[in-house]
Amino acid sequence: MTVIRDLDKDKMVVAEGSYTVASAVKACKPNVISAYPITPQTHIVEDLSQFMADGEIPNCEYINVESEFSALSALVGSSAAGARCYSATTSQGLELMHEVLFNVSGMRLPVVMTIVNRAVSAPINIWNDHQDSISQRDTGWIQLYAEDTQEISDMTAQAFKIAEDKDILLPAMTCMDGFILSHVHEPVELLESDLVDEYLPSYEPEYVLDPKNPMSFGAFADPESYTEFRYLQQQSMDNAVKKIEDAATEFYDIFGRYYGGLIDEYETEDAEIIIMAMGSVIGTIKDAIDKLRDKGEKVGLLKIRSFRPFPVEAIRKAVKDAKVVVPIDKNISLGLNEGALCTETKACLYNTSINMPVVGFMIGHGGRDIRISTIESIVEQAKKVADSGIEVESQYADLKEEML
Amino acid sequence: MTLLPGGVCKAGSTIVNKTGGWRTFKPVYDYDKCVKCKLCELLCPDMSVLPRDDGYFEFNYDFCKGCGICANECPKDAISMTLEEK
Repeated sequence: MTVIRDLDKDKMVVAEGSYTVASAVKACKPNVISAYPITPQTHIVEDLSQFMADGEIPNCEYINVESEFSALSALVGSSAAGARCYSATTSQGLELMHEVLFNVSGMRLPVVMTIVNRAVSAPINIWNDHQDSISQRDTGWIQLYAEDTQEISDMTAQAFKIAEDKDILLPAMTCMDGFILSHVHEPVELLESDLVDEYLPSYEPEYVLDPKNPMSFGAFADPESYTEFRYLQQQSMDNAVKKIEDAATEFYDIFGRYYGGLIDEYETEDAEIIIMAMGSVIGTIKDAIDKLRDKGEKVGLLKIRSFRPFPVEAIRKAVKDAKVVVPIDKNISLGLNEGALCTETKACLYNTSINMPVVGFMIGHGGRDIRISTIESIVEQAKKVADSGIEVESQYADLKEEML
Repeated sequence: MTLLPGGVCKAGSTIVNKTGGWRTFKPVYDYDKCVKCKLCELLCPDMSVLPRDDGYFEFNYDFCKGCGICANECPKDAISMTLEEK
Protein backbone atom coordinates (compact mmCIF):
# COMPACT_ATOMS: atom_id res chain seq x y z
CA MET A 1 0.00 0.00 0.00
CA THR A 2 1.14 3.52 -0.75
CA VAL A 3 3.17 4.98 2.11
CA ILE A 4 4.22 8.61 2.42
CA ARG A 5 6.55 9.14 5.37
CA ASP A 6 6.74 12.66 6.88
CA LEU A 7 4.88 14.67 4.28
CA ASP A 8 6.77 17.95 4.21
CA LYS A 9 4.31 20.60 3.09
CA ASP A 10 7.05 23.24 2.93
CA LYS A 11 8.76 21.26 0.20
CA MET A 12 5.60 20.88 -1.85
CA VAL A 13 4.78 22.97 -4.88
CA VAL A 14 1.79 23.00 -7.20
CA ALA A 15 3.14 21.87 -10.55
CA GLU A 16 1.84 20.47 -13.79
CA GLY A 17 2.42 16.73 -14.25
CA SER A 18 4.66 17.36 -17.24
CA TYR A 19 6.79 19.83 -15.28
CA THR A 20 7.05 17.32 -12.45
CA VAL A 21 8.42 14.74 -14.88
CA ALA A 22 10.80 17.21 -16.54
CA SER A 23 12.13 18.19 -13.10
CA ALA A 24 12.63 14.55 -12.23
CA VAL A 25 14.56 14.00 -15.46
CA LYS A 26 16.71 17.05 -14.67
CA ALA A 27 17.46 15.66 -11.20
CA CYS A 28 18.57 12.38 -12.80
CA LYS A 29 21.24 14.32 -14.75
CA PRO A 30 20.87 12.89 -18.25
CA ASN A 31 23.70 13.35 -20.75
CA VAL A 32 21.58 13.24 -23.89
CA ILE A 33 17.92 14.13 -24.39
CA SER A 34 16.41 13.60 -27.81
CA ALA A 35 12.72 14.01 -28.45
CA TYR A 36 10.14 15.16 -30.95
CA PRO A 37 7.11 17.05 -29.65
CA ILE A 38 3.69 15.41 -29.84
CA THR A 39 0.50 16.03 -27.87
CA PRO A 40 0.14 15.34 -24.94
CA GLN A 41 3.87 14.80 -24.34
CA THR A 42 4.86 18.29 -25.55
CA HIS A 43 5.08 20.08 -22.20
CA ILE A 44 7.67 17.62 -20.87
CA VAL A 45 10.11 18.28 -23.70
CA GLU A 46 9.34 22.00 -23.70
CA ASP A 47 10.17 22.19 -20.01
CA LEU A 48 13.37 20.20 -20.55
CA SER A 49 14.27 22.47 -23.43
CA GLN A 50 13.79 25.46 -21.12
CA PHE A 51 15.98 23.87 -18.45
CA MET A 52 18.67 23.40 -21.12
CA ALA A 53 18.38 27.00 -22.29
CA ASP A 54 18.69 28.17 -18.70
CA GLY A 55 21.80 26.03 -18.20
CA GLU A 56 20.15 23.96 -15.49
CA ILE A 57 21.19 20.57 -16.90
CA PRO A 58 24.99 20.48 -17.03
CA ASN A 59 26.91 18.08 -19.25
CA CYS A 60 23.87 17.37 -21.39
CA GLU A 61 23.14 17.55 -25.09
CA TYR A 62 19.58 18.20 -26.28
CA ILE A 63 19.22 16.90 -29.83
CA ASN A 64 16.50 18.39 -32.00
CA VAL A 65 15.33 15.81 -34.51
CA GLU A 66 12.82 15.59 -37.33
CA SER A 67 10.80 12.59 -36.13
CA GLU A 68 10.34 10.13 -33.31
CA PHE A 69 12.20 7.53 -35.33
CA SER A 70 15.21 9.86 -35.35
CA ALA A 71 14.74 10.79 -31.70
CA LEU A 72 15.20 7.23 -30.53
CA SER A 73 17.82 6.42 -33.17
CA ALA A 74 19.94 9.30 -31.88
CA LEU A 75 19.73 7.76 -28.42
CA VAL A 76 20.92 4.38 -29.72
CA GLY A 77 24.27 5.93 -30.58
CA SER A 78 24.36 8.17 -27.53
CA SER A 79 23.58 5.39 -25.09
CA ALA A 80 26.11 3.07 -26.73
CA ALA A 81 28.67 5.83 -26.24
CA GLY A 82 27.97 5.66 -22.49
CA ALA A 83 25.51 8.53 -22.05
CA ARG A 84 22.51 8.46 -19.74
CA CYS A 85 19.69 8.98 -22.24
CA TYR A 86 16.12 10.19 -22.01
CA SER A 87 13.21 10.70 -24.37
CA ALA A 88 9.46 11.08 -24.16
CA THR A 89 6.70 10.36 -26.63
CA THR A 90 3.18 9.07 -27.09
CA SER A 91 0.72 7.43 -29.44
CA GLN A 92 1.69 7.75 -33.14
CA GLY A 93 5.17 8.88 -32.12
CA LEU A 94 5.70 5.70 -30.14
CA GLU A 95 4.34 3.60 -32.99
CA LEU A 96 6.80 5.31 -35.36
CA MET A 97 9.59 4.25 -33.00
CA HIS A 98 8.55 0.60 -33.16
CA GLU A 99 11.56 -0.64 -35.12
CA VAL A 100 14.04 1.31 -33.00
CA LEU A 101 12.47 0.05 -29.76
CA PHE A 102 13.70 -3.43 -30.64
CA ASN A 103 17.16 -2.10 -31.49
CA VAL A 104 17.48 -0.31 -28.15
CA SER A 105 16.47 -3.34 -26.12
CA GLY A 106 18.42 -5.77 -28.32
CA MET A 107 21.59 -3.72 -27.88
CA ARG A 108 20.83 -3.62 -24.16
CA LEU A 109 20.86 0.16 -23.93
CA PRO A 110 19.23 1.45 -20.72
CA VAL A 111 17.34 4.37 -22.24
CA VAL A 112 14.46 5.72 -20.15
CA MET A 113 11.45 7.13 -21.95
CA THR A 114 8.24 8.61 -20.59
CA ILE A 115 5.16 7.50 -22.47
CA VAL A 116 2.32 9.96 -22.07
CA ASN A 117 -0.38 7.45 -22.90
CA ARG A 118 -2.75 8.41 -25.68
CA ALA A 119 -5.10 6.59 -28.05
CA VAL A 120 -3.85 5.69 -31.53
CA SER A 121 -5.28 6.73 -34.90
CA ALA A 122 -7.49 6.16 -36.82
CA PRO A 123 -9.87 7.79 -35.99
CA ILE A 124 -7.52 10.47 -34.73
CA ASN A 125 -7.86 11.06 -31.02
CA ILE A 126 -5.46 12.85 -28.70
CA TRP A 127 -6.98 11.69 -25.41
CA ASN A 128 -5.87 9.01 -23.03
CA ASP A 129 -5.93 5.26 -23.22
CA HIS A 130 -3.18 2.62 -23.09
CA GLN A 131 -3.28 1.28 -26.63
CA ASP A 132 0.03 2.93 -27.61
CA SER A 133 2.33 1.40 -25.00
CA ILE A 134 0.44 -1.90 -24.75
CA SER A 135 1.02 -2.31 -28.49
CA GLN A 136 4.77 -2.20 -27.73
CA ARG A 137 4.77 -4.81 -24.99
CA ASP A 138 6.91 -7.38 -26.83
CA THR A 139 9.70 -4.96 -27.74
CA GLY A 140 11.82 -5.91 -24.71
CA TRP A 141 11.27 -2.67 -22.78
CA ILE A 142 10.39 -2.63 -19.11
CA GLN A 143 6.98 -0.96 -18.76
CA LEU A 144 5.92 0.78 -15.55
CA TYR A 145 2.58 2.57 -15.08
CA ALA A 146 2.02 5.43 -12.64
CA GLU A 147 -1.11 6.40 -10.77
CA ASP A 148 -0.44 10.09 -10.12
CA THR A 149 2.08 12.81 -10.87
CA GLN A 150 4.17 12.27 -7.76
CA GLU A 151 4.52 8.61 -8.66
CA ILE A 152 5.54 9.25 -12.28
CA SER A 153 8.14 11.72 -11.04
CA ASP A 154 9.58 9.23 -8.58
CA MET A 155 9.26 6.39 -11.08
CA THR A 156 11.63 8.24 -13.42
CA ALA A 157 14.53 7.90 -10.98
CA GLN A 158 13.52 4.32 -10.22
CA ALA A 159 13.47 3.51 -13.94
CA PHE A 160 17.04 4.74 -14.47
CA LYS A 161 18.17 2.70 -11.47
CA ILE A 162 16.47 -0.45 -12.73
CA ALA A 163 17.44 -0.04 -16.39
CA GLU A 164 21.12 0.73 -15.74
CA ASP A 165 21.67 -2.10 -13.27
CA LYS A 166 24.37 -4.37 -14.69
CA ASP A 167 22.14 -7.42 -14.22
CA ILE A 168 19.33 -5.78 -16.17
CA LEU A 169 20.56 -3.41 -18.93
CA LEU A 170 17.15 -3.03 -20.52
CA PRO A 171 15.40 0.15 -21.59
CA ALA A 172 12.38 1.28 -19.59
CA MET A 173 9.14 3.08 -20.39
CA THR A 174 7.49 4.98 -17.59
CA CYS A 175 3.85 5.43 -18.53
CA MET A 176 1.58 8.25 -17.41
CA ASP A 177 -1.94 8.95 -18.60
CA GLY A 178 -2.13 11.73 -21.17
CA PHE A 179 -3.83 14.93 -19.98
CA ILE A 180 -5.21 13.24 -16.86
CA LEU A 181 -1.69 13.26 -15.42
CA SER A 182 0.40 15.21 -17.93
CA HIS A 183 -1.71 18.37 -17.78
CA VAL A 184 -3.05 18.25 -14.24
CA HIS A 185 -1.67 20.62 -11.60
CA GLU A 186 -1.18 18.91 -8.26
CA PRO A 187 0.81 19.54 -5.10
CA VAL A 188 4.01 17.51 -5.40
CA GLU A 189 7.52 17.29 -4.07
CA LEU A 190 9.84 17.77 -7.03
CA LEU A 191 12.73 15.30 -7.03
CA GLU A 192 15.65 16.75 -5.13
CA SER A 193 18.92 16.58 -6.96
CA ASP A 194 21.08 15.75 -3.94
CA LEU A 195 18.81 12.91 -2.85
CA VAL A 196 18.77 11.55 -6.41
CA ASP A 197 22.59 11.60 -6.35
CA GLU A 198 22.42 9.45 -3.25
CA TYR A 199 19.81 7.11 -4.81
CA LEU A 200 21.01 6.80 -8.37
CA PRO A 201 24.64 5.85 -9.05
CA SER A 202 26.24 7.20 -12.21
CA TYR A 203 25.89 5.05 -15.31
CA GLU A 204 29.06 3.00 -15.77
CA PRO A 205 28.63 0.75 -18.80
CA GLU A 206 31.08 -2.06 -19.30
CA TYR A 207 31.29 -1.51 -23.06
CA VAL A 208 31.11 1.84 -24.83
CA LEU A 209 31.46 3.12 -28.36
CA ASP A 210 34.85 4.78 -28.41
CA PRO A 211 37.03 5.43 -31.47
CA LYS A 212 40.13 4.61 -29.40
CA ASN A 213 38.79 1.14 -28.68
CA PRO A 214 36.48 0.21 -31.54
CA MET A 215 33.52 -2.08 -30.76
CA SER A 216 30.43 -3.19 -32.66
CA PHE A 217 27.00 -3.06 -30.98
CA GLY A 218 24.09 -5.23 -32.08
CA ALA A 219 26.33 -7.14 -34.41
CA PHE A 220 25.10 -9.80 -36.83
CA ALA A 221 23.67 -12.91 -35.16
CA ASP A 222 22.86 -15.84 -37.41
CA PRO A 223 20.68 -18.85 -36.47
CA GLU A 224 23.71 -20.15 -34.59
CA SER A 225 23.35 -17.52 -31.82
CA TYR A 226 20.16 -15.41 -32.23
CA THR A 227 18.12 -17.58 -29.84
CA GLU A 228 20.69 -17.09 -27.09
CA PHE A 229 20.52 -13.29 -27.39
CA ARG A 230 16.74 -13.46 -26.93
CA TYR A 231 17.21 -15.81 -23.98
CA LEU A 232 19.58 -13.33 -22.33
CA GLN A 233 17.02 -10.53 -22.72
CA GLN A 234 14.35 -12.64 -21.04
CA GLN A 235 16.81 -13.52 -18.28
CA SER A 236 17.27 -9.80 -17.63
CA MET A 237 13.50 -9.33 -17.50
CA ASP A 238 13.44 -12.09 -14.86
CA ASN A 239 16.16 -10.25 -12.92
CA ALA A 240 14.13 -7.04 -13.19
CA VAL A 241 11.28 -8.62 -11.20
CA LYS A 242 13.32 -8.36 -8.01
CA LYS A 243 15.11 -5.17 -8.99
CA ILE A 244 11.82 -3.28 -9.44
CA GLU A 245 10.84 -4.20 -5.88
CA ASP A 246 14.29 -3.23 -4.58
CA ALA A 247 14.26 0.08 -6.45
CA ALA A 248 10.93 0.95 -4.82
CA THR A 249 12.05 0.10 -1.28
CA GLU A 250 15.42 1.84 -1.68
CA PHE A 251 13.51 4.86 -2.94
CA TYR A 252 11.38 4.76 0.19
CA ASP A 253 14.48 4.62 2.41
CA ILE A 254 15.83 7.85 0.93
CA PHE A 255 12.75 9.81 -0.12
CA GLY A 256 10.09 8.37 2.17
CA ARG A 257 7.59 7.63 -0.58
CA TYR A 258 6.41 4.18 -1.64
CA TYR A 259 3.75 3.14 -4.16
CA GLY A 260 4.29 -0.60 -4.29
CA GLY A 261 6.93 -2.45 -6.28
CA LEU A 262 5.65 -4.66 -9.08
CA ILE A 263 2.12 -4.29 -7.75
CA ASP A 264 0.29 -2.46 -5.00
CA GLU A 265 -2.73 -3.67 -3.07
CA TYR A 266 -5.68 -1.75 -1.69
CA GLU A 267 -8.24 -3.44 0.58
CA THR A 268 -7.40 -6.86 -0.89
CA GLU A 269 -6.92 -8.77 2.35
CA ASP A 270 -10.48 -10.09 2.72
CA ALA A 271 -11.69 -9.07 -0.74
CA GLU A 272 -14.01 -11.37 -2.64
CA ILE A 273 -13.87 -9.22 -5.74
CA ILE A 274 -10.47 -7.93 -6.81
CA ILE A 275 -10.28 -5.28 -9.51
CA MET A 276 -7.01 -4.99 -11.41
CA ALA A 277 -5.95 -1.84 -13.24
CA MET A 278 -3.04 0.39 -14.30
CA GLY A 279 -2.55 4.15 -14.38
CA SER A 280 -4.65 7.06 -13.20
CA VAL A 281 -7.92 5.12 -13.06
CA ILE A 282 -6.54 3.61 -9.85
CA GLY A 283 -7.58 6.76 -7.97
CA THR A 284 -11.16 6.53 -9.22
CA ILE A 285 -11.31 2.85 -8.33
CA LYS A 286 -10.02 3.52 -4.81
CA ASP A 287 -12.81 6.06 -4.32
CA ALA A 288 -15.36 3.56 -5.63
CA ILE A 289 -13.98 0.91 -3.27
CA ASP A 290 -14.25 3.26 -0.29
CA LYS A 291 -17.93 3.80 -1.12
CA LEU A 292 -18.55 0.10 -1.62
CA ARG A 293 -16.70 -0.85 1.57
CA ASP A 294 -18.95 1.57 3.49
CA LYS A 295 -21.85 -0.52 2.23
CA GLY A 296 -20.10 -3.70 3.36
CA GLU A 297 -19.03 -4.93 -0.07
CA LYS A 298 -15.79 -6.92 0.05
CA VAL A 299 -14.01 -5.31 -2.89
CA GLY A 300 -10.29 -4.74 -3.30
CA LEU A 301 -7.87 -3.36 -5.87
CA LEU A 302 -4.69 -4.76 -7.34
CA LYS A 303 -2.69 -2.01 -8.96
CA ILE A 304 -0.26 -3.19 -11.61
CA ARG A 305 2.83 -0.97 -11.64
CA SER A 306 4.97 -3.25 -13.76
CA PHE A 307 3.36 -4.60 -16.91
CA ARG A 308 6.72 -5.78 -18.30
CA PRO A 309 8.08 -7.80 -16.62
CA PHE A 310 4.60 -9.14 -15.86
CA PRO A 311 4.39 -9.81 -12.10
CA VAL A 312 3.08 -13.36 -12.36
CA GLU A 313 3.95 -14.58 -8.86
CA ALA A 314 2.83 -11.38 -7.15
CA ILE A 315 -0.56 -11.50 -8.89
CA ARG A 316 -1.10 -15.15 -8.02
CA LYS A 317 -0.33 -14.44 -4.37
CA ALA A 318 -2.55 -11.36 -4.23
CA VAL A 319 -5.67 -12.87 -5.81
CA LYS A 320 -5.54 -16.47 -4.60
CA ASP A 321 -8.29 -16.09 -1.99
CA ALA A 322 -10.67 -13.95 -4.03
CA LYS A 323 -13.86 -15.18 -5.67
CA VAL A 324 -13.66 -13.11 -8.86
CA VAL A 325 -10.88 -11.18 -10.51
CA VAL A 326 -11.79 -8.21 -12.68
CA PRO A 327 -9.04 -6.76 -14.91
CA ILE A 328 -9.86 -3.33 -16.30
CA ASP A 329 -8.22 -2.38 -19.58
CA LYS A 330 -7.78 0.88 -21.43
CA ASN A 331 -6.81 -1.13 -24.51
CA ILE A 332 -8.17 -3.87 -26.71
CA SER A 333 -6.55 -6.65 -28.68
CA LEU A 334 -8.75 -6.48 -31.76
CA GLY A 335 -9.70 -9.97 -32.81
CA LEU A 336 -9.73 -11.31 -29.25
CA ASN A 337 -12.13 -8.74 -27.75
CA GLU A 338 -10.00 -8.44 -24.61
CA GLY A 339 -7.58 -6.01 -23.08
CA ALA A 340 -4.02 -7.16 -22.45
CA LEU A 341 -4.31 -7.20 -18.66
CA CYS A 342 -7.31 -9.54 -18.91
CA THR A 343 -5.56 -11.93 -21.28
CA GLU A 344 -2.36 -12.03 -19.28
CA THR A 345 -4.06 -12.39 -15.92
CA LYS A 346 -5.96 -15.40 -17.21
CA ALA A 347 -2.71 -16.79 -18.59
CA CYS A 348 -0.88 -16.38 -15.29
CA LEU A 349 -3.63 -18.15 -13.31
CA TYR A 350 -3.93 -21.03 -15.76
CA ASN A 351 -1.98 -24.23 -15.00
CA THR A 352 -2.06 -23.39 -11.29
CA SER A 353 -4.23 -24.61 -8.44
CA ILE A 354 -5.95 -21.20 -8.41
CA ASN A 355 -9.26 -21.60 -10.15
CA MET A 356 -11.51 -18.60 -10.22
CA PRO A 357 -13.47 -16.62 -12.78
CA VAL A 358 -11.63 -13.77 -14.50
CA VAL A 359 -13.91 -11.29 -16.23
CA GLY A 360 -12.44 -8.35 -18.12
CA PHE A 361 -13.90 -4.93 -18.75
CA MET A 362 -12.58 -2.51 -21.34
CA ILE A 363 -13.17 1.07 -20.44
CA GLY A 364 -12.12 4.64 -21.02
CA HIS A 365 -10.86 4.22 -24.58
CA GLY A 366 -9.98 7.41 -26.46
CA GLY A 367 -10.25 9.38 -23.25
CA ARG A 368 -13.84 8.55 -22.33
CA ASP A 369 -14.43 9.61 -18.76
CA ILE A 370 -14.47 6.80 -16.19
CA ARG A 371 -16.98 7.46 -13.45
CA ILE A 372 -17.30 5.93 -10.00
CA SER A 373 -20.78 4.78 -11.04
CA THR A 374 -19.26 2.78 -13.93
CA ILE A 375 -16.87 1.06 -11.52
CA GLU A 376 -19.82 0.33 -9.22
CA SER A 377 -21.76 -1.26 -12.07
CA ILE A 378 -18.69 -3.37 -12.94
CA VAL A 379 -18.62 -4.59 -9.33
CA GLU A 380 -22.35 -5.40 -9.55
CA GLN A 381 -21.68 -7.57 -12.59
CA ALA A 382 -18.71 -9.20 -10.87
CA LYS A 383 -20.95 -10.13 -7.94
CA LYS A 384 -23.28 -11.93 -10.33
CA VAL A 385 -20.29 -13.82 -11.73
CA ALA A 386 -19.34 -14.87 -8.18
CA ASP A 387 -22.86 -16.18 -7.60
CA SER A 388 -23.74 -17.77 -10.91
CA GLY A 389 -20.63 -18.03 -13.08
CA ILE A 390 -19.41 -16.25 -16.18
CA GLU A 391 -21.87 -15.07 -18.78
CA VAL A 392 -19.60 -12.73 -20.74
CA GLU A 393 -15.85 -13.12 -20.32
CA SER A 394 -14.82 -9.71 -21.62
CA GLN A 395 -16.80 -6.65 -22.69
CA TYR A 396 -16.84 -2.88 -22.90
CA ALA A 397 -18.10 -1.32 -19.69
CA ASP A 398 -19.01 1.99 -21.27
CA LEU A 399 -20.28 1.18 -24.77
CA LYS A 400 -22.95 3.51 -26.14
CA GLU A 401 -25.17 1.05 -27.92
CA GLU A 402 -27.49 3.80 -29.12
CA MET A 403 -24.72 5.03 -31.45
CA LEU A 404 -24.32 1.71 -33.25
CA MET B 1 31.88 -18.94 -27.51
CA THR B 2 30.28 -16.85 -24.76
CA LEU B 3 27.95 -14.12 -25.98
CA LEU B 4 28.18 -10.58 -24.68
CA PRO B 5 24.71 -9.10 -24.08
CA GLY B 6 23.61 -6.75 -26.82
CA GLY B 7 25.73 -8.40 -29.48
CA VAL B 8 28.75 -6.36 -28.44
CA CYS B 9 31.99 -7.43 -30.05
CA LYS B 10 35.42 -6.12 -30.91
CA ALA B 11 35.75 -4.37 -34.26
CA GLY B 12 36.93 -6.48 -37.18
CA SER B 13 35.18 -9.62 -35.97
CA THR B 14 33.66 -10.24 -39.41
CA ILE B 15 37.12 -11.33 -40.56
CA VAL B 16 36.14 -14.86 -39.50
CA ASN B 17 32.86 -14.71 -41.44
CA LYS B 18 33.99 -15.12 -45.06
CA THR B 19 31.35 -13.70 -47.37
CA GLY B 20 33.01 -14.32 -50.75
CA GLY B 21 30.65 -17.25 -51.29
CA TRP B 22 27.77 -14.80 -51.85
CA ARG B 23 29.37 -13.80 -55.17
CA THR B 24 27.80 -14.59 -58.55
CA PHE B 25 30.17 -12.56 -60.74
CA LYS B 26 33.86 -12.31 -60.04
CA PRO B 27 36.02 -9.27 -60.90
CA VAL B 28 39.18 -10.03 -62.87
CA TYR B 29 41.97 -7.55 -63.70
CA ASP B 30 43.45 -7.04 -67.14
CA TYR B 31 46.84 -5.67 -66.00
CA ASP B 32 47.69 -4.60 -69.56
CA LYS B 33 44.95 -1.98 -69.37
CA CYS B 34 45.34 -0.94 -65.70
CA VAL B 35 46.94 2.50 -65.12
CA LYS B 36 47.13 2.12 -61.28
CA CYS B 37 44.66 4.98 -60.76
CA LYS B 38 43.45 3.39 -57.48
CA LEU B 39 39.75 4.11 -58.03
CA CYS B 40 38.86 0.44 -57.52
CA GLU B 41 40.59 0.39 -54.16
CA LEU B 42 38.94 3.64 -53.05
CA LEU B 43 35.45 2.63 -54.14
CA CYS B 44 35.34 -0.98 -52.98
CA PRO B 45 32.73 -1.06 -50.17
CA ASP B 46 34.22 -4.19 -48.63
CA MET B 47 37.92 -3.34 -48.59
CA SER B 48 38.45 -6.30 -50.92
CA VAL B 49 40.88 -4.54 -53.27
CA LEU B 50 44.39 -4.92 -51.93
CA PRO B 51 47.42 -2.93 -53.15
CA ARG B 52 50.46 -4.88 -54.34
CA ASP B 53 54.12 -3.87 -54.07
CA ASP B 54 54.32 -3.23 -57.81
CA GLY B 55 51.57 -0.57 -57.66
CA TYR B 56 48.88 -2.76 -59.17
CA PHE B 57 45.99 -4.24 -57.16
CA GLU B 58 44.50 -7.64 -56.52
CA PHE B 59 41.16 -8.86 -55.18
CA ASN B 60 40.58 -10.54 -51.86
CA TYR B 61 38.08 -13.16 -53.00
CA ASP B 62 37.35 -14.23 -49.40
CA PHE B 63 35.27 -11.08 -48.97
CA CYS B 64 34.52 -9.70 -52.47
CA LYS B 65 30.77 -10.12 -52.96
CA GLY B 66 30.95 -9.34 -56.68
CA CYS B 67 29.03 -6.07 -56.51
CA GLY B 68 30.81 -4.84 -59.64
CA ILE B 69 31.35 -1.24 -58.55
CA CYS B 70 35.07 -1.50 -59.38
CA ALA B 71 34.38 -2.76 -62.91
CA ASN B 72 31.70 -0.15 -63.47
CA GLU B 73 33.91 2.73 -62.34
CA CYS B 74 37.22 1.65 -63.89
CA PRO B 75 38.10 4.41 -66.43
CA LYS B 76 40.15 1.98 -68.54
CA ASP B 77 37.71 -0.97 -68.50
CA ALA B 78 40.49 -3.01 -66.97
CA ILE B 79 38.15 -5.09 -64.78
CA SER B 80 35.78 -7.64 -66.23
CA MET B 81 33.00 -9.41 -64.29
CA THR B 82 33.00 -13.09 -65.09
CA LEU B 83 30.49 -15.69 -64.00
CA GLU B 84 31.60 -17.75 -60.99
CA GLU B 85 32.06 -21.37 -61.98
CA LYS B 86 33.03 -24.38 -59.94
